[in-house]
Amino acid sequence: MSLSPVEGVALAEIESTGDGDGDAPKAKGFVGRSPGQLAWVRLRRDRTAMISAAMLVFFVLLAFAVPLIQALYGVGPREQFQDRLDGFGMPLGYAGGITGEHWFGLEPGLGRDIFIRMVHGLRTSLFIAFAAAVITAALGILLGTLAGYLGGWIDAVINWITDLTLAMPFLIIALALTPTVALRFYGQREAVPPAFQIGVLISIFALFGWTSTARLVRGQVIALREREFVEAARASGAGLGHMLFRQLLPNIWAPILVSFSLAVPSYITSEAALSFIGVGLTDETPSFGRMIYRSLDYLQTDPSYVFFPGITIFALVLAFNLFGDALRDALDPKSSR
Amino acid sequence: MARFLVKRLLSAGLTLFAVSVFSFLMFFALPRDPVSGMCPKNCNPERLERVRQELGLRDPLISQYAGYMKGIFTGRDLGSAQGGRCDAPCLGWSYANNEAVSDTLARVLPVTLSIVIPAAILWLLLGVGLGMVSALRRGTWLDRVAIGFSLTGASLQIYFVGAVLLLVLVYNLRLLPVPSYTSLFDSPAKWASGLVLAWVALAFLYSAIYARLSRAQMLETLSEDYVRTARAKGLTKPKVYGRHALRAAITPVVTIAGLDVGGALGGTVITETTFGIQGLGRTAVNAVSDGDLPTIMATVLIAAVFVVLANVVVDLLYAVIDPRVRLR
Repeated sequence: MSLSPVEGVALAEIESTGDGDGDAPKAKGFVGRSPGQLAWVRLRRDRTAMISAAMLVFFVLLAFAVPLIQALYGVGPREQFQDRLDGFGMPLGYAGGITGEHWFGLEPGLGRDIFIRMVHGLRTSLFIAFAAAVITAALGILLGTLAGYLGGWIDAVINWITDLTLAMPFLIIALALTPTVALRFYGQREAVPPAFQIGVLISIFALFGWTSTARLVRGQVIALREREFVEAARASGAGLGHMLFRQLLPNIWAPILVSFSLAVPSYITSEAALSFIGVGLTDETPSFGRMIYRSLDYLQTDPSYVFFPGITIFALVLAFNLFGDALRDALDPKSSR
Repeated sequence: MARFLVKRLLSAGLTLFAVSVFSFLMFFALPRDPVSGMCPKNCNPERLERVRQELGLRDPLISQYAGYMKGIFTGRDLGSAQGGRCDAPCLGWSYANNEAVSDTLARVLPVTLSIVIPAAILWLLLGVGLGMVSALRRGTWLDRVAIGFSLTGASLQIYFVGAVLLLVLVYNLRLLPVPSYTSLFDSPAKWASGLVLAWVALAFLYSAIYARLSRAQMLETLSEDYVRTARAKGLTKPKVYGRHALRAAITPVVTIAGLDVGGALGGTVITETTFGIQGLGRTAVNAVSDGDLPTIMATVLIAAVFVVLANVVVDLLYAVIDPRVRLR
């Protein structure tokens, strides 16, 4: 038996189910629904949420299908098509060399196919962002619940570390730390493998990103700490693990979910930003940030080059932001939608 | 008030101390050999050894750190190869630039300030103004335009917006010169025309966030009882919205603004890279690619100082704006 109000349909909200598909309202009555079900119903009704969710599913499927797409498309991300460039290294034809074989044209200079590099870049970007968001959420939840529930000196120490982390200039530290770490494991002249760069990026995001989730969770836990059900569980002799994960956590998953869904796009842009300034991924690994950086040199001669990665990253981030906002609205118990 | 300020400054000092220890360890203790990056070409073992001696890398870490801190507060002697006597804010000698790090910073800091301060004024006015207008005209076409603007802006990236602005305004229409920095005191017109693109790009993206935030805050405040009371007792709309509601709605905006401005002053790395302007951020990027540790360390420290100071300023502003906050 659980004393926490979220499990089961204890918090049944009353809602009319009459607003069906336009025909005569059937079975007028009241149904009890759990908060999760309510949120799901609200989300289903929200047109923006559904459109952005469809876009996200499309992007994720695209990322998963990279080997398949590459097999069908027949071009690799590192293949160079020098014969399709003119004497100055500019792609032949219109709009950056768009043809039936090269859907988004070719990169000036090296002559690599832009479409397949973008699909690969999308996969890397989504992988880094999701991995970083999962790790930071886990760290933030753990430290936040500990600080909020235990209080005392543990709270003080965790708070101080949070403040310190927030005072660190993220971009500059990341900028300085990445090559330093690489230098620690690989020599000056050795090539750093892409998997290692990706690992370093994820670790840096984890190191700096947990603070916001921790703050959020801590505040929520402090608000819950003195509630009766927590006290009752404590009086029944529940251990720390049970208190944190069975009693407190189920009550605060909604804001955590929202912050997770808004963290993913912020890691997508941070990865692109770091690759843009040349410390994230190197040119070897396809990445949006690196592509945009390279395209700046060709702004005057091949302007279409900047638009493909630029617009894709915009669409990706916009879809995530819209979905995160819709999720927040759907999960908000005060929302009337 | 004075007591609060002292307490706040002390804790800020403590934070800065921790940041300096952390970054010192990170940059001087972590790499295999800090010197390898400081002697780029024609390096022979003797020269490497000399650089090691000059940097005091043979000393224990604590005395290295103490020496570095002493240099910042009182200045220190770096030896003839590093420009000899180095005065008070001494941040070391950069082998890559062949000058004292403080000289480099003195040169590039005005550039970053010239980018950030006008941009911040622009984005605050635009963002808060737009947020207020759309909250007061909720549901009208104006509100919808403002929401669309802020959604777009919040999802766009400075490197993309910057590239498009450069392409259209500089390369195609030739309305503006290629971005560059001229001192404000040499020629205000050149200063503005060289940086206006950076201001616009930054302001567009940041004001989106502010419009969103201040709209939400304003809507929440407008539904408060005291706003209704103020209206009911016969105060005019401008007075209620401008004095009573705005004040409460703007406090969270001030927090975010403080952090953003503080962070941006520490180096607008992306903006400077996009527009090719040599400010603090670009200096940090170059220092990293040169392996120029003293310069990297200095840019991290100065960025942290800006963030921490911004936090103190935000706390003080809180007391000015929100009468419920009492400083203790």
